[in-house]
Amino acid sequence: MTSVTARTSAPAAGTTPGAAQAPPPTAGRPPLRRRIALLPTAALLLGAAYCLLPVAWVVVAATKSGRELFSTFTFLPGTGFTRNIADLHAYRDGIYWRWMGNSAFYAGFGALLSTAVSAVSGYALALYRFPGREAVFKVLLAGVLMPPVILAVPQYLLLAKADLTDSYLSVLLPLLLSPYGVYLARIYAAAAVPADVVEAARMDGAGEWRVFTRIGVPMMVPGLVTIFLFQFVAVWNNFLLPYIMLGDDEKFPMTLGLYTLLAQGSNTPALYTLVITGALLALLPLIALFLFIQRFWSLDLLSGAVKS
Amino acid sequence: MTATAPRANTTAAAVRRTGARRGRGAPYAFLAPAAVLFALFFALPIGYAIWLSLHKVEVKGLGLGKGARSEVWAGPANYTDALTDPELLDGALRVLGYGAIVVPTMLGLALLFALMLDAERVRLASVTRLAIFLPYAVPGVIAALLWGFLYLPDVSPFFYLLDALGLPQPDLLDGGPLFLSLSNIAVWGGTGFNMIVIYTSLRSIPAEVYEAARLDGCSQLQIALRVKIPMVAPSLVLTFFFSIIATLQVFAEPTTLKPLTNSVSTTWSPLMKVYQDAFGNGDLHAAAATAVIIAVVTLVLSFGFLRAAGSRDQQGDPR
Repeated sequence: MTSVTARTSAPAAGTTPGAAQAPPPTAGRPPLRRRIALLPTAALLLGAAYCLLPVAWVVVAATKSGRELFSTFTFLPGTGFTRNIADLHAYRDGIYWRWMGNSAFYAGFGALLSTAVSAVSGYALALYRFPGREAVFKVLLAGVLMPPVILAVPQYLLLAKADLTDSYLSVLLPLLLSPYGVYLARIYAAAAVPADVVEAARMDGAGEWRVFTRIGVPMMVPGLVTIFLFQFVAVWNNFLLPYIMLGDDEKFPMTLGLYTLLAQGSNTPALYTLVITGALLALLPLIALFLFIQRFWSLDLLSGAVKS
Repeated sequence: MTATAPRANTTAAAVRRTGARRGRGAPYAFLAPAAVLFALFFALPIGYAIWLSLHKVEVKGLGLGKGARSEVWAGPANYTDALTDPELLDGALRVLGYGAIVVPTMLGLALLFALMLDAERVRLASVTRLAIFLPYAVPGVIAALLWGFLYLPDVSPFFYLLDALGLPQPDLLDGGPLFLSLSNIAVWGGTGFNMIVIYTSLRSIPAEVYEAARLDGCSQLQIALRVKIPMVAPSLVLTFFFSIIATLQVFAEPTTLKPLTNSVSTTWSPLMKVYQDAFGNGDLHAAAATAVIIAVVTLVLSFGFLRAAGSRDQQGDPR
């Protein structure tokens, strides 16, 4: 390890002082740029392979018929893909698509509202100095740390008193405030919204809300996209809350639906192929979302904002 | 321009003053939605859980009819019951063992990958970054389901390999290997997220810092060890912190593996025990007491850890 790193980095250490002396830096550089850092690249490729392995497996397994699943080699594609899709579609009159729609609703709508709450709260915490700010932040931190179960069980009981359990709201409402989202929004706002710009807008006579919507929000957009993504994934992945709140499987999100399928599968292995096909289809929207969101992914923008 | 400048300055100052006065209520107004949600869905349930944990159901007569079941003060009885319950202790020990595998492995890998992504002349960085981050988008239930199948001898390529090599085939869903199997699911799911957090903070280090280190003759490895890791220490603390919390709350993964093996009991982790007490056994008061204990342990650990990390930061601070 050390030898490779030393070999690739030695020329860099030698040339950088030359590059730092401004005049003609281009002379020795282009060939170095093309040289690849082998060890880090290899490590990253290994990591990527490990992370993609189960995904690759589910892609192949979804093509297998129930018999092929347990009899043919793991990565040998099967012949039952269309059949599996048709079976999944037919299962309980297409309840699978209903779960998919429910998940999209919970995650999309929940994440949107939650991002809005996070944005306005994080902005307030980052750009105002007011009495109680530290207390709010401490409470927020405690909220981040609070195990969901200590919340979920009494939340269930309280919502039951309001006759709201086993409803869409019972899964949506408890997720609207994400202490972690507020925390992230605060960090983004502090990094991306310069206090002097806000001050200048105030000098021009803009009200606080107007400053927030016209100056703060546009500057926070990359961060807000990230928070939305995090929230979307958090709600999409959530299992405990719907597991506790919901009884009617028409309102189930994908996670809970697949879990119940798998639980039934231990008695009827024929359901396993449905579970696997369902798992694959459940992964596709999120993978698509990730690829799509790549271009809005704020990491680079964020670090740029921090530097400027 | 020069003529109007003084006037503009004074009006600006005036506006700033009125703006500050007018804006005094603004942060509170901005925080109002969060405060309402916090009161309803955090503070109230927590209060209710504590109340429940200190009460018990008293049944009069046969427990039939109105008023036959009433909730009476129980004092610390639920807590002593929970703390002396061997199931809870076993669950806590299992989760400790699980956490001792998950947290160091996951964060070690996350830091390693983040540093590799940030290293110079790395190829395929954006593709591999996305691939490693991808499991984060996979729900814990689906991750457990995918790996669960990969642990089944009839389905798994590992067993195919072991078989081909003539090696013994362990039962990945029982005993010691079960811990590793569950840990692997968590490591797989969590490494990418933590990598991104660390990587983000690496990217926010000003380039001048590296220039300076390089001018001082530091190699890439030295920069990574002596500059990058200390500078991302706060985000390491953060990720450590969240990983511990997430570990203590493990629920979805063992619950999902349950249908595939008999080795995961309904009380495998403390949270599963809370669920089982509340909805399996219908003993809300015992469940509340256990939940409060878990929350207290989490908070004590977290704030203790934060304080330790904070005081170390202050010692390092030249001021």
